[in-house]
Amino acid sequence: MSDYISHDHEHDGIDRRGFLQCMAWAGTGILWTISGGVLVSKTLAQVAKAGEPLPATDLSFLQISDSHIGFSKEANKDVTETFKIALDRINAMPTPPSFLIHTGDITQLSKAEEFDTFDQVLKGCRTKDVFYVPGEHDVLTDGGKFYRERYLKSVEGKGSGWYSFNKNGVHFIGLVNVVNLQAGGLGQLGDDQLEWLEADVKGLGTSTPIVVFAHIPLWAVYPEWGWGTSDSEQALGYLKRFGSVTVLNGHIHQVLQKVEGNMTFHTAMSTAFPQPAPGTAPSPGPLNVPADKLRSMLGLTSVRYLQGKSSLAVVDSSLT
Amino acid sequence: MYKLIRNQTALIILAVSSLFFTNFALGQAEKEVSANDAKTNQIVIKDFHFTPQTLTVKAGEKITWINRDEEPHTVVSVEKQFKKSGPLDTDQEFTVTAGAPGTYTYFCSVHPKMTGTIVVVKS
Repeated sequence: MSDYISHDHEHDGIDRRGFLQCMAWAGTGILWTISGGVLVSKTLAQVAKAGEPLPATDLSFLQISDSHIGFSKEANKDVTETFKIALDRINAMPTPPSFLIHTGDITQLSKAEEFDTFDQVLKGCRTKDVFYVPGEHDVLTDGGKFYRERYLKSVEGKGSGWYSFNKNGVHFIGLVNVVNLQAGGLGQLGDDQLEWLEADVKGLGTSTPIVVFAHIPLWAVYPEWGWGTSDSEQALGYLKRFGSVTVLNGHIHQVLQKVEGNMTFHTAMSTAFPQPAPGTAPSPGPLNVPADKLRSMLGLTSVRYLQGKSSLAVVDSSLT
Repeated sequence: MYKLIRNQTALIILAVSSLFFTNFALGQAEKEVSANDAKTNQIVIKDFHFTPQTLTVKAGEKITWINRDEEPHTVVSVEKQFKKSGPLDTDQEFTVTAGAPGTYTYFCSVHPKMTGTIVVVKS
């Protein structure tokens, strides 16, 4: 099928056929639109109970986020245990994911022993391939040097650690928006990273599905709490011409999503502790919930992609 | 009104002192300051805010930040006028000694929305 644009009614460089062709990569996006932006979601426990493998996919991967190893306050006194449970869920999946993406805040205080605990526990996961981007808790002491050395060396992270890679025709971009933050500001990518991003996607065809992942949301979730990235608009501008863009973030410890044109934005649950919904508390600090409720507010995100068929389907699963 | 007066004071002080402006004298104290030490001015970090947001002290006095949140915070001078703190976990403190008169703005590098100001006046 050619990428030629036959009708450009909106003068936005995308015609109806091109739009549908692109959205074929993102069937779930269409579903969200129809059902008023609500994600189809089921727990991994439900999937496991059914006892059937998931439909064959070209690619499936899992997003885990905000492990906060070292945190031991009221909101969750054993974050290592809940992280283990998240990995147990992954190990119990009938169809193992191809790889994991960790969207930051591995640790609470960037301590070497916290990173060590994380790595030790992660050894119990049967999926070995993991891609990382740092959270602000991972770069507290040395601007992220230790983190980059341990988690971004294999992907040859540029600058503060950004990189991209391709899997099954999908282009993945890992961005860093937690270093060199400015007083009074939000998350920030910075000029060097933006320049790199523009060049990185320049040669790609518009039907290439794009997955962007970064710690702090790349959309203005709630700037009053710092839940946004000051120069994300410019970054997303470079991606607007693509038919399917999926943006995966962490940081806010809860699932929120938004569909805007061909872009779907999604934030993941933490494996450590929940945070309040935007503006519902005096601050975005850890949310204390009854012990029997905690695991329903922790979890991970599964993403499946079926080449040429239907979807880049995003499914959130709690640890209950 | 209180804040306004402070800000005016800050401006005047800044203008007067800018000619012989030098770095903050520094000393990061790990232990609590005893009653015999120089007067300590405390800034409480709670609910992702520095309180008071503007603090006026005399040169030579100590300023101590204490973190009452469950989230780690830092204290970083915007213009690098004083040494930055490490990450302060719950109930941890960070102390500096006020040096030359001037206005010092600072923020939390983990949550940069959090900002505060210290005004140092002549002792």
